[in-house]
This record gives sequence, C-alpha cells and structure tokens, in this order.
Amino acid sequence: MSSETALAAGQRARGLAPFLRSQMRNIAPFLTLIFLSAFFAFASPSFATLDNLGNILTQVSVTGIIAVGLTFVILCAEIDLSIASIANVTGIAVAYFTLQESYVNIANIPLPGAVAIVLSILLCALLGLVNALGLTVIGIPSFIMTLAMMQIAAGISALLVRGQIAYKVPSLITTLGSGSIGGIPWIVIVAAIMLLGGHLVLTYTRFGRYVYMVGGNREAAEYAGLNVKLILGAVMVISAVCSGIGGMLGVAHFGSAQQNEFDTYLLDSIAAVVVGGTSLFGGRGGIGNTIVGLFVLGVLNNGLDHVNIDSFLKILIRGLILLAALVINVYAQRLREKAVE
Amino acid sequence: MSEGRSPILELQGITKSFGGVEALRGVDFALLPGEIHGLVGENGAGKSTLMKIIAGVHTEFSGRFLIDGAETHFRSARDAHAAGIAMVHQELSVAPDLTVAENVFLGNQPTNALGLVQWRRMAREAGEQLARFGIDVDPMSRLGDLPIGLQQLIEIARVLFSGARIVILDEPTSALSPPEVERLFSTLRRLREEGTSIVFISHFIEDILRVSDTVTVFRNGRKVAETASSATTKGALIEAMIGRGGEALEHSYTDDLMLPRPTESPVVLKVDQLSLARSLKDISFEARAGEVLGIYGFMGCGQQELSRILFGKLKPDGGTLLVDGTPRTFASTAAARRAGVALVPESRRDMLFHQEPVYKNISISILDRISSLLLKPAQERDIARRQVEQLQIRPPVVGLDLGMLSGGNQQKVALAKWLTYPPKLLVLCEPTRGMDVGAKNDVINIVRDLRTKGLAIIVLSTEPETVLSLADRILVLKRGAVVREFKNEPVSKDRLLEAA
Repeated sequence: MSSETALAAGQRARGLAPFLRSQMRNIAPFLTLIFLSAFFAFASPSFATLDNLGNILTQVSVTGIIAVGLTFVILCAEIDLSIASIANVTGIAVAYFTLQESYVNIANIPLPGAVAIVLSILLCALLGLVNALGLTVIGIPSFIMTLAMMQIAAGISALLVRGQIAYKVPSLITTLGSGSIGGIPWIVIVAAIMLLGGHLVLTYTRFGRYVYMVGGNREAAEYAGLNVKLILGAVMVISAVCSGIGGMLGVAHFGSAQQNEFDTYLLDSIAAVVVGGTSLFGGRGGIGNTIVGLFVLGVLNNGLDHVNIDSFLKILIRGLILLAALVINVYAQRLREKAVE
Repeated sequence: MSEGRSPILELQGITKSFGGVEALRGVDFALLPGEIHGLVGENGAGKSTLMKIIAGVHTEFSGRFLIDGAETHFRSARDAHAAGIAMVHQELSVAPDLTVAENVFLGNQPTNALGLVQWRRMAREAGEQLARFGIDVDPMSRLGDLPIGLQQLIEIARVLFSGARIVILDEPTSALSPPEVERLFSTLRRLREEGTSIVFISHFIEDILRVSDTVTVFRNGRKVAETASSATTKGALIEAMIGRGGEALEHSYTDDLMLPRPTESPVVLKVDQLSLARSLKDISFEARAGEVLGIYGFMGCGQQELSRILFGKLKPDGGTLLVDGTPRTFASTAAARRAGVALVPESRRDMLFHQEPVYKNISISILDRISSLLLKPAQERDIARRQVEQLQIRPPVVGLDLGMLSGGNQQKVALAKWLTYPPKLLVLCEPTRGMDVGAKNDVINIVRDLRTKGLAIIVLSTEPETVLSLADRILVLKRGAVVREFKNEPVSKDRLLEAA
C-alpha cells in the first residue's frame, strides 16, 4: 500500500513540469481568475468590495444553474444549444399558468402555484427527452438536434406570449428568484445548492462515473457493457431540467416573462463550462471547473462595468477571452494526451 | 513463358530493419514485364514491407533497386507513382461520401480552362473504365451506398487503369464474392496481355495458384522459394511458408496436435443460421461450458463481425442466438453483459480508458455489482488489486493511469475487468496479438484456468498459433461461412491453413 502511494506519487513527481502540464486545464482558468480580479481591483476602487462580490454572485446565478446541466452534457462530449430557449419557454410557461394582472393581454390558464411549477418542470423535462430521443434513438448529432430544439422551444414561447409580457409567477418562484434571506439572495443559494448537487452526483455516484467514462472513450464504455445511450439520454434530460429551473428563477429575478429574454445565456453558459476547463472532447473537468469559469465570466462582465471602457469594446473583449479559453482547452487536452502516452 | 526477357523491376540484397528488428534480410526479387507474380507468407514474413519499399512508402533500406536496369532510389510514394508504380493497400481507402466517378478520378479530376470540374466528362469516362472491368454502376451514385466488395473492386479498378506499369495488390480478394474474384482475375489477365506487371499478395493460396505465373514464398524476412505456379501445389507452398525442421522458432505447431474428445457439458451459447449482409452467411455453432472454442480465419473472414454480434454491438440480419437456452436479441452491449456475455475486442484503443487509472478500468464493468447508487472506491481498489496480483500486471499500482502500462499489461487489464464476476460466455478477439512470449503464456494460463472454472470461451484469431495453443475445438471461417470443424482429431498449422 505504501509502496503504491509512493509509486503513484512518483508518477506525479517525475518532475513538476509534467505534472503542471497535465493539470493545465485546472490551473489556467484559476490563474485567469486571479489575474482578472487583481487587474480590476487595481483599476477600480469600487470593484473589490463585499457589496460587489454579492453583485457578481447574483449576476452569475442563473448562468450557474443552467451550467450545471450543461457540464454533464459537455463531459459526455456532446453539446446542448437549446438551453437558453428551454430556460425561456419554462419561465414563460410558469407565468402562463399563473393569474396575471388584468392589463396583461395573454389568454393564459391560471392554476395553483404548485401545479404551475410542476407542469413547467414537466415541460422542460419533456423537451429534454425529445433531445435525448433524437440523439440516441434516431442518431441525430446533438449539435443539430438541439439546434432544432432551440427553434422549437422558441416557437412554443412565442405561441404562449404572442409578443406580450407577463409579470406574475407563483409566489415560491418569486421568493427564490428575487427574495433574499439574511442578506443573501435566494437565487445565489439555489445556484450554490445545484452546483453542489451536480458535483456530488458527478464525483460520488455510479452515474457520475459513467458520465466521465462515456465522455473519456465512448467506444470503450460500450465494450465495457455500459448502456451508453441511456447515459447520453439522461444527461440531455438533466440539462433541460436545469435550464428550466434557471429559466423560472430568471423570470422572477428579471420581474417579467417575455420572448428572447434568455438569448445571452446560451453563450454565457457554454463559456462558463469551457472557460472553466471542462474538456470539449469529454471525460475531463467537472463542476469545480464550471464554478471557476462562472467567476471568470462574472468578474469580467462586472469588472468591465467598473472601469471606464467603451461599452461596445466590451463585447469584443469577451469574445477574445473566450477564444483564449478555447485555445487553452484544446491545448490542455493535447498536453494531457502526450503526458499519458 | 517469360524466358529471355529482362526484368522491369529488380531488387538485390534488400535488407530493412525496424528499430533493430530485421523485417527483410537480403531479399532478391525480380518482376518481368507482363507477369503476374504471387507472394505468399505468414503475417510478418516481410511481404508487405517489401511491397512498401517498391511503392516508395519505406525509403530507408540497404540493397540495390533497379527499374528497367537503371539504379533508382525513391524518396517518396510520389516518386514511385511517377515511375509508374501503383499499389492497392489492404485497407479500403476510398471516399465513401463522394460519387463513384469522383473516386475513380480521385485527385485527378478532368477540369476545363477555368479549373472547374468537368462533371459530364468525368462521369462518362469513369463509366467507360468501370465497364471495361465488368462493373455496371451509375458513376454518379454515392460510393458508400455500394456493397463493400464493389467498393473494393472500384478502388482496384482505379489503380489498374491509372496507367501504371507495375501494380501491387495487397489482399485484394478478401472482401470479394466468388463472381467478383472471377471478374478481377479476368481483368488482371487482360492487363497482363497488355504488358502490365502485377504483384499479387494473398492468403488465399488457391487464388495465387490460379492467377499468377510465378510464386515467391517469404518466411521470417527471407525469400525461401520462387517457382512457376504450374510447378507447385498448395501443400508445397504451405510447407515452404511455415518451414519444417531447424528454422522454426519456439513452438510452431507444425506437428499434429491432438484435439480432445468434445465435452458433454451444457451448451451455453447456440448460434443458429446467423447472417449479416456480406460478412456472415448462415453461421451455426455451439459453445459449451468448460470448453474453449477456437475460430480461425483470415482477416476479413467475418470474425470481427461475429464477435460484435455476440456482444450486442452489431445487429444480425437473420438467425438466432440462444444463451443458456433462452433466445436473445441484444438491444445493447449492456443487455449482453447482463445476459452473461463478455467481450475483449482486439483493439486496445477501443476497449480501455487510457487517461483513467487502472482500477477504474477494471471496475467499470462491475460497478453495478458493488454499488447501487454511491461509488465505493476503496472496494474498487481492493478488487483491482486482487486482479492485478492474480494476472501479474506490472507495475502493480492500481492508481496509475492506464496509458502508462505496456501493451501486454493493458491487454491483461482488459481481461481483468471480466474476471471478478465471471461471465457465462467469454469472447476473446486476438487475445495474444502483439505480446511477448512471457505475456502470451500468462494469457494462455489465465484462459485455461477460466475454462476449468466452467466458462464457455470463444477465441477468435487470424493467427493459427493463438487458436492452436488455446482451443479444444476449432471452427474455420472462410468468407463469412464455417467451412470446417476440427474436433477430437489431429490438427496442425498446415491443416488449418489448408482448410482456410
């Protein structure tokens, strides 16, 4: 046992450089976060305050909730482009099933709050199931399948609100989306719980292991007798349900439910997962990486507001940071493969 | 018939080594104009290496290389191509998503003054070329939609009609049906009349004898015989290929080996009339508990497809599978695993997680036995440690990434994952390929040990030695059909080769 530990340590200690290289996917995002935080703290006195930390946490919460499910999908070397649309339609659905003020001109179906929430969750789960069936049974690549679902979910949203805006959602959702307890916004707590839950599932359950193995080598997973299609289907449903929860709380957080409300969340969620260092080729990374990615994105978005910078330039800067993260992601994969072979 | 002509291609004293291992030792080879020259020899005897030297793929070697009597040295395959040498490799190399015509003109499409592809001309000329070959297909259809044999014929046709003076065909007939083989042969004969020289490599000795003028036999990197095809027999060639007497390495199974009387133990697997497109034709056999069934055949004989069907990775077109008497159609590999079937495929890349530690590779197939919801890593490591000890996997560290292990040890890991909860039926593809003698013996002992534990084991291999060293009963598979069963009788390498 002790010799084993020594040998395993030896594998790592064949030099610090190889070890660092194999861990680049975890180290690089963290260094980026520290660098960005230090930069903005230096550039703006209003950045490094406790208040602002609260702002950042609140700002990344909806992205964080959606990114939990997306992490599962990307770990399996698949992609889900329908997350933002599913978040939108679920948020709209929960408002659609809630009694609106008389000036809201939507022919909706008011139901008790609990029923509205359950129906909305069922809706996003169903859309996730359609993704899952398209991917596993029919064999449509997830990129294309979820692209179609993006349109389908947007279409359902459009039919439900018909260009109008709804405001009311069940009181539980209102509380979780926009309320706070002891000064901490509920939405931050929900995001934290979901991220923690995702981490526990991925790290400590059999299903989590299967997700990593399917992502690491799908062929080998199949030859090991795993039901690869079932696992892929499950991650698509998980992704859709996480998106749906993010959408419901997001609607409460913004105070309204309308078309195209979540469009920016598609890119933000993918960026959070990938910037955090989860491999686009599957099998490497995890919720820990996603959390770091969320903070990098949150600090960047928030920090750019604190420094005096052309607001149009901000978009370009975000794009460049994303590109840099992708380069590191692909490069890290190659370094790791070399370290192993 | 070829007396007095000077060779178009002549190689003298060719020696080639890979990392200190000599693949060719002082080989002389001459090819006459308008000759079909057959090459035979076991896997690794040096045939393909020599052909790759001729085709400019291997450029580092010692010895003289003459074309039309002038010494030449190719620096690349492009040089060989320019000198009129073309080769069809064993693996199909076509573009399935392009049309038939595009494949025929791959890299050489007719274009007009603007550089645009002349589609109509290309389709017409492709159709004409293929018609000369007796192939009647729409040149504008997608190549991948055609049967594999036809795709192979089209690839061969492309090379044959590329205007090359010397054409090398490496195992061209393995995926072809008998009428297709016939068509290929008549085309080869016609090209010979036109003066093209052809080198024909095949495991099918009958094919070689039928079509070639001269046969050369390789063994262990040496040319051991060269004779006119009309002056030899299949038996004589096999004898020359595997060698009698002094030169044989280790245990070469040239002598008869007595297979035991078939066991009466229960039938674990019954396969009835199994068929799959062009790969398998009405295969029927049984595998019994406590018995190792060997299935031998050349590459492309349908072994690989058969093993995938048994494990639920491929779905057969027809026929039934009975495991323990219950008819099964596996919807997934998971279903096959639950029914008690296990498979170790031939490719280590496909079956293992190289970036994951050894213990996760061993536990992956039994996780549902040791944990219902939460993982139990300590138990996983214990199980892995036991397997590592039993199979003598080196280094004995279960936390090491699998990619750090040597090939033989990786192969043992692939086996290890099925051994903690042994399956009813274990299917092994090429279990000892690429292993050194020590690791080979380890695997042989493991398999024998499993047999005494009452598993039904199927060993599929293209190497006669592997089958002979393990099997109690042997089926010979040829072009997707069972052509011979050896049981309770003497068997040897030449008998196996003879049957295949």
